[in-house]
Amino acid sequence: MAKRRAFDVTTLPGFTTIAILAFVLLYAPIVTLVIYSFNGGNSVNQWGGFSLQWYAIAAQNEAVQDATARSLIIAVWASVISTTVATMAALGTTRRGKFKGQTIIYVIINQPLMVPEIVTAVSLLIFFSSVKVATGYSGLGYLILAHSAFCIPFAYLPIKARLEGMDTTMETAAADLYATPWQSFRYVTLPLLLPGVIAGAMLAFIISLDNVIITEFVKSAGQDTLPTYMLGQLRRALTPEVNAISTALLGLTVLILTLFVFVTKKWD
Amino acid sequence: MSRQTPGRSKGLNGWLLSTPALILLLLAASGPLLIVAVYSVLEKGDYSGVRWILSGEGWFRVLFEKDIFDHTISLADANLSIFWRSFKLSIATTVITFAFGLPTAWFIATRPAKSRAFWLFLITIPFWTNLLIRTFAIMEVIRNQGILNTFLMHFGLISEPIQILYTDTAVLMGMTYVYLPLMVLPLYAAIDRFDFRLIEAGYDLYASRWQVLRGVILPIIKPGIIAGCILVFIPSLGAYVTPRVLGGGKNMMIGNFIELQFGQGQNWPLGAALSTVLLLVVLVSLLVYTRASSRDNPNG
Amino acid sequence: MQRGICILSTNIAVDARNVGKIYGNGAGAVTALGDVSIAIEKGEFFTLLGPSGCGKTTLLRCIAGFETPTTGTIHLSGRDITYDPPYQRPVNTVFQSYALFPHLSVAQNVGFGLKMQGTPASDVAKAVERVLALVKLEAFADRLPQQLSGGQQQRVALARALAPEPEVLLLDEPLSALDLKLRKEMQSELKRLQTETGITFIFVTHDQEEALTMSNRIGVMSAGALLQVGTPHDIYESPVNRFVADFIGETNFLEGEVEGGQVRIGTGDLLAVDLNGETGGVTLAIRPEQVSVKAADAQLSGKITEATYLGTDTHYTIGLGDGSHLVARVQSNSVAAFGVGDTVGIAIDAKAVQVLKS
Repeated sequence: MAKRRAFDVTTLPGFTTIAILAFVLLYAPIVTLVIYSFNGGNSVNQWGGFSLQWYAIAAQNEAVQDATARSLIIAVWASVISTTVATMAALGTTRRGKFKGQTIIYVIINQPLMVPEIVTAVSLLIFFSSVKVATGYSGLGYLILAHSAFCIPFAYLPIKARLEGMDTTMETAAADLYATPWQSFRYVTLPLLLPGVIAGAMLAFIISLDNVIITEFVKSAGQDTLPTYMLGQLRRALTPEVNAISTALLGLTVLILTLFVFVTKKWD
Repeated sequence: MSRQTPGRSKGLNGWLLSTPALILLLLAASGPLLIVAVYSVLEKGDYSGVRWILSGEGWFRVLFEKDIFDHTISLADANLSIFWRSFKLSIATTVITFAFGLPTAWFIATRPAKSRAFWLFLITIPFWTNLLIRTFAIMEVIRNQGILNTFLMHFGLISEPIQILYTDTAVLMGMTYVYLPLMVLPLYAAIDRFDFRLIEAGYDLYASRWQVLRGVILPIIKPGIIAGCILVFIPSLGAYVTPRVLGGGKNMMIGNFIELQFGQGQNWPLGAALSTVLLLVVLVSLLVYTRASSRDNPNG
Repeated sequence: MQRGICILSTNIAVDARNVGKIYGNGAGAVTALGDVSIAIEKGEFFTLLGPSGCGKTTLLRCIAGFETPTTGTIHLSGRDITYDPPYQRPVNTVFQSYALFPHLSVAQNVGFGLKMQGTPASDVAKAVERVLALVKLEAFADRLPQQLSGGQQQRVALARALAPEPEVLLLDEPLSALDLKLRKEMQSELKRLQTETGITFIFVTHDQEEALTMSNRIGVMSAGALLQVGTPHDIYESPVNRFVADFIGETNFLEGEVEGGQVRIGTGDLLAVDLNGETGGVTLAIRPEQVSVKAADAQLSGKITEATYLGTDTHYTIGLGDGSHLVARVQSNSVAAFGVGDTVGIAIDAKAVQVLKS
């Protein structure tokens, strides 16, 4: 302990302490939430021993089951749609030099990242409420459409990053070896791009699964997703059941993120 | 870079391939924003929605109110206090997240290559975790029977639980908590590119640690600082979930006020006008950001 | 260098006629390739040699089809391929960066070209086996490229380009990433493969030694123009101008004036050399090994300003009376060693001196 520290240029006074404090502050509430989800007691206020009872209660709750199914359906559709169109857009806007209107495309694609979500939500409420009246359709399509659009920038960014890191000589070599442009895309570009596409799809999935505000405004009656269900529960007191659902969602997010890190690392 | 594709076709292909994404976005993101602007100048409907009659009422009500009896015009104090609270809390959130974010980003960037990925991952988990869950988590901590009050009472620092939940402080704590990763990540990106030999040069030329921080480090990572501040300030200003959950309905911010107009308030033109104002503030912030970062970084 | 339109012989593999390539337009236009005409024979090991930016890679990319020439045409075995896309040309390239597909195994990389051509899988497998044997990599068929060393990756790139049995193989500085020892090995390996397969090789390099040792013929390029085409011997012994003489090996240049069938150099001395019909101001190109140093008086005399011992050889830099210098390469044990400051006699092998127009 008494070892004298050598002068280290990367150390700044107090920085390490504040950083450690920041990590503690970031994780303490999450850990608390997770611990309380295993509370055996009947209230959030008292610890009644370890138990999985709130998970069982949540799992048997029909509203939770419905909301989970709806969340998953929307997230799967939204990630597939947004990843597909984002892949095409990334192929269109990357590695081909500057072209007219490229900046406009960038701005439109990244727009959901810049506009406050509440504004997007309100605008969709206005737009879709007219469409609902005009068409009579009030299914999950609106939520899927809204989520797909919102997820596009999240899918686009990792795919674009992957493409930019790819050498165009790969396609040149393919063309040299008798691959037509389509074959070159099918056998060289696409397989090399795949990690980026998978990463993009994962991020889009998480974003859709987590979305609260847009869903809250766009959903019709009886179309609660897991997050909006939880927000609705909050009108009453915070229940251990909500803690259990939160912990399950948290676990899913960590799992997907770990896979994401694994996928992006493996190919490089 | 292959030069084989003639200029015109590469632009055409770029547009063609981007078209599906653009259609989706115009349909369900950018396009409806224009409708909001239109709705803000229409007349309020009887129950909800609008009547298609041009009216300045929505915009008027953003700042003013008219007495229903004597029709005198006065500033809408309630609205102003909501704007002020939103602005104040957003600025405070930005400052506090920066105070925590800079040391944290610095700490991560100066870890050895192997453990750096781990620390970065620790920041990424809260970043991608549901905002609602994180807000619940902070609620667990600060509610009257939560661990913070229990802890303080246990050590005899207080005798009664402090009411934090449903106050501005709660909203501020919540926003700081949920937006901290948004500050850390761009700062980290900037520090990661930073050439640490410059610090050696600074010390070599007799600078103190404080002088090195102010004179060398901060100016060089300025684009990252601006990016982090914008990334925290914009969502703070438009925050909806955190003030709703932690502010308990009384301590509204602009986001909740907008929602109110489409919910109980049933004044769509006012809600649309408020949304447009929020959008414009964000747009101006982004312009300032683009200007500032392009001036600092002519190559980027 | 201008060639007639009509090529009689059928033994021309690549015939580039008046090929030019200009990037951009207007004031910002850059001429990468001037008006280059060249005919490369079938089964030849032809090297394009020149400093970086001389246009050699551009010419190669025009032949491969990655670039379309702004002017001129390129024929392959008599067929105009100027505007054919790369995937329709029976021409394969070994890239400087190798450009191996990282997601495919060695065997899949090598079989890629044949697969794209629609060759049945069993035939592809046979061909891959044969070509991998040719480059001695049979044992590595199932590895991924990134699991191989630089030299092995180089061989895979070579095998991949050879597998579809192209009419012409283009090699774009393929050895530049290898260390010296490996480079020497690959040089003879390439030469062997070229002889065994009989495929026309067009090799691009900036390394004159590499060009001299491997090629049947060399084309020396500079600033987008082809300066000289000839055998290594021709190029070394009879460079057409000062650039070629300077680029290929070390050369001394002495300025002089033709005077009565001889050349009077700056020191006032007359040298009897083969004038080759030149008159007026000329430049004499003299290889260092053609300069000998003697203790006694000779054709010229000078003072040694620098002596560098290089093992078998010693380099002497000798100052002449008029301020010019000559470098002599002398076998270290052939004469007594001289020191800096010594006054020596210099003899030049007149027959070996090249007379160039100044």
